[in-house]
Amino acid sequence: MQIVFDNINYVYSSGTAFEQHALKDINLKISKGEFIGLIGHTGSGKSTLIQHMNGLIKASSGGIYYEGQNIYDSNYSMRELRSKVGLVFQYPEHQLFETTVFKDVCFGPKNLGLDKLEVELRAYEALKMVGIGEDLLDASPFELSGGQKRRVAIAGILAMRPEVLILDEPTAGLDPMGRDEILGQVANLHKEKGLTVILVTHSMEDVAKYVDRILVMNKGNLVMDQETRKVFARYKELEEMYLAAPQVTYITNELKAKGLDINTDATTVAEAKEDILKYINN
Amino acid sequence: MEMVKVENLAFEYIRRDEEGNVESINRAIDGVNLDVKKGDFIAVLGANGSGKSTLAKHINAILYPTEGTVWVNGLNTSEEQNIWEIRRSAGMVFQNPDNQIVATVVEEDVGFGPENLGVPTDEIWQRVEKSLEAVNMLEHRDKSPNKLSGGQKQRVAIAGIMAMKPECIVLDEPTAMLDPDGRNDVISTIHKLNQQDNITVILITHHMSEVINADKVFVMNKGQVVLQGSPREIFSEVDKLKSYRLDVPQVTELAYELRKAGLDIPKGILYVEELVEALGKIKR
Repeated sequence: MQIVFDNINYVYSSGTAFEQHALKDINLKISKGEFIGLIGHTGSGKSTLIQHMNGLIKASSGGIYYEGQNIYDSNYSMRELRSKVGLVFQYPEHQLFETTVFKDVCFGPKNLGLDKLEVELRAYEALKMVGIGEDLLDASPFELSGGQKRRVAIAGILAMRPEVLILDEPTAGLDPMGRDEILGQVANLHKEKGLTVILVTHSMEDVAKYVDRILVMNKGNLVMDQETRKVFARYKELEEMYLAAPQVTYITNELKAKGLDINTDATTVAEAKEDILKYINN
Repeated sequence: MEMVKVENLAFEYIRRDEEGNVESINRAIDGVNLDVKKGDFIAVLGANGSGKSTLAKHINAILYPTEGTVWVNGLNTSEEQNIWEIRRSAGMVFQNPDNQIVATVVEEDVGFGPENLGVPTDEIWQRVEKSLEAVNMLEHRDKSPNKLSGGQKQRVAIAGIMAMKPECIVLDEPTAMLDPDGRNDVISTIHKLNQQDNITVILITHHMSEVINADKVFVMNKGQVVLQGSPREIFSEVDKLKSYRLDVPQVTELAYELRKAGLDIPKGILYVEELVEALGKIKR
């Protein structure tokens, strides 16, 4: 197992009037190379959970293991953990600060203490991975479009060559094509480099399209941890948590309710199309 | 009379170097014509960089045309003496709720606008109460805005506009930073204001599902209006929308794909029930 959460609890402002139990007895195992979606209503504990994964927040109780090692051991290197578990925050482009795109992406690996050649090599590679062309290397990050800025920010994390990539709402504010471009590139990295990816999002359509397994958080509890289609089949429970399934789930379920003998497993347009045509042509 | 009339509008962002020489010119809007009648609910769709926010800023007289004319309620936005009246009658709500809230208590934030207009104190409080009620936030009037969710903050921002008694509200991607629940709250709030108070709404977005109940949709691409019509007409053009970096709701796409595969399904399906009904009629 790459990441293991063993009975993790986290309490904010412990002992004050604002005390809040943000994570409750979380048990979780993540294997290398998984593509996982993390969903939940605002305030459900998603962001708190992912910040535990690279040690930005320390659990109030319980243990976290990365590749079998307890990250809370006194001799464990948090610095190394943070280079292995890359976390891309919401609106990461707000953190761009250098004068050129290339320098900005160099910042992460430079801080790992690598020599100049290696730093530049990694920066080139990372920018290529996210589809930023050489013509933009010397541009100011602030001249780029929203989608380009976001990709440069992601490249800054990829240049550290993480083994796990956690993305918090990577497509917020982007137009539909920009959204598909970013997620398509992340899916490629997952496929080609075997990167473990954890995608935090409000878009059920994106989750359905890309991830194999979904974690659902509600009020600090991990309430579902299943294969994508199994989670969406429980759409009525999701609605009680102010979540929903993709629109196609509702279409196939409505058809079934009308007495059509149709598979309700589909979570993407392509799958639903196939199921409906199969039914009609039968 | 039109609430908003845009005629042959062009706008250029001009970048200058330190000596004031022109370095580059970006024509963000390139020949836009648009009429919005009083009481209409209008949606403007477009990809990032298509010019839709630049257009919105013209309706509130934050930007002035490089070429062409914009009238709000019959007032030309290029004439300086009209600016205050234009900004009162066409209120604007922006993307990030945190950038729009100025006070430390919800009701004071809502009262900020009318106070600046010199409205008497008694009437300010009446307006605050009415506006908070209209956006369903009255029970939060004594709270600190930073204790609210994104959707609630955005509704407070809308109440702040309502308290200035506008005739028109322009919303520039008001739901971009919200979760699905907050998004639904904001969209249903503006529909309610449109229907009950007859407020003209201009909603700028790239969330396709938010525009299906609009009276009319304009699609922008590279500074121009490339499509306009009812939501049904717009969503019949799946391929065109995709070429403008947009997409359609899943139900519309599924209906389109099934139609392409030869099934007898009408064009421009917008609702789950419509597709279910159409499929129910098909003989196997």
